[in-house]
Amino acid sequence: MIDIKEFIKILTSEFDIESDFILTPDTSFRSIKDWSSMHGLIIIAMADSEFGVTITGNDLRQMSTIQELYNLIKSRKEQ
Amino acid sequence: MAFFSTLHTTIKGIAAAVPKEEISNWDYEHLSESERKMLIKTIGVEKKRRAPKHIATSDLCFEAAKVLISDLKWDKKEIDILIFVSQSKDYFLPSTACILQDRLGLEKSAVALDIGLGCSGYVYGLSVINSMISSGGFKKGLLMVGDISLVSCNYKDKTTYPLFGDAATVTAIEYDENAEKFNYNLGTDGSKFDSIIIPHGGLRNHANKESFDEIEFLPGIFRSPLNTALNGFEIFNFSIDEVPKSILEFFEKTNSNNNSYDYFVMHQANLLMNETIRKKIGFEKEKVPYTLAKYGNTSSASIPLTIVSELRNKLITEKVKFLIAGFGVGLSWGVVSFSTDKIVCPEIIEVE
Repeated sequence: MIDIKEFIKILTSEFDIESDFILTPDTSFRSIKDWSSMHGLIIIAMADSEFGVTITGNDLRQMSTIQELYNLIKSRKEQ
Repeated sequence: MAFFSTLHTTIKGIAAAVPKEEISNWDYEHLSESERKMLIKTIGVEKKRRAPKHIATSDLCFEAAKVLISDLKWDKKEIDILIFVSQSKDYFLPSTACILQDRLGLEKSAVALDIGLGCSGYVYGLSVINSMISSGGFKKGLLMVGDISLVSCNYKDKTTYPLFGDAATVTAIEYDENAEKFNYNLGTDGSKFDSIIIPHGGLRNHANKESFDEIEFLPGIFRSPLNTALNGFEIFNFSIDEVPKSILEFFEKTNSNNNSYDYFVMHQANLLMNETIRKKIGFEKEKVPYTLAKYGNTSSASIPLTIVSELRNKLITEKVKFLIAGFGVGLSWGVVSFSTDKIVCPEIIEVE
């Protein structure tokens, strides 16, 4: 499993985030400009294609930061 | 999963009809400009067609069938089976297929029936009509597949309204001793029946005064229990998991692979979902046509509509080998493979 820095790089490119907004492990998803269910779908697709891990709508609702998402994907991948 | 084949039938023509009015997600009022950009990029739907109140799904089917029958030079007396696959029927009862039998002027000896399925409907419809025709008791059949979906979406629900579009199609099928077989792999998971649902108006929850009340389900998302409700995350996970699995199983059963087919046509669900499926089974981009940008998610019509819209010239002039996958509401899914050989395919018909 890649480290969180690499993970944030992938997420930044998948979200197509403008360069003036920097994601950190503590960033809350919902603070991302125009956060919507589209971002949720992008996370689900990324977890599946990049890591072979399933993230559900419930998982997303229970998380708030990038670190939490990374931890969940990592723990599911290692299962 | 159910794997089986049907013999002795061949597709002779496919026609599609859409309402004339085109609407664009760039004009959708319940999203900001940057949200619209994100939505169009992610789900891939830019424009779609919307049926006015006086047009029913069966009207689109009727117009497409008129043109197709005439271009095929079929004698109506020989059309002895008509199947209408839709979740947007004319009436609660009778079956819409019966009304279409009369409108089209088919003989009273014709068989006509409805099938109530959505996104998987084209695959299921083909399996039923081909099974019946292959029995040898029928000569020519019409498979009418389509939906008017926007009428049941609430304009103030940004999780459904920007996604769907209206369209219907007709596929003409004939008995043919020497035809290549159709192979199928079909499945169902009713445990997730409420992932895409119109909760009121049927017998489980009769329509009542409350059925018309708009409720704010999530901030800024309004709908009534007579509107379509969609659990996008659940459908997304189902599709990217179950569809590649059933295709890989299909490859194994048929001893085939990506290279065995000229085109892989999927239900046009949403671009991110479809692209995730495409990459998982390794089909090249060039082999996977899309109409999401032009017509949106057109439910059961999306597969034949995409074939007509994107591959018409090939259909008319060449033999084409298809792999098809329909998946969604039910939950229900199906894979089918077949070939067409220089079939009749009128340009997309616009209905006012």
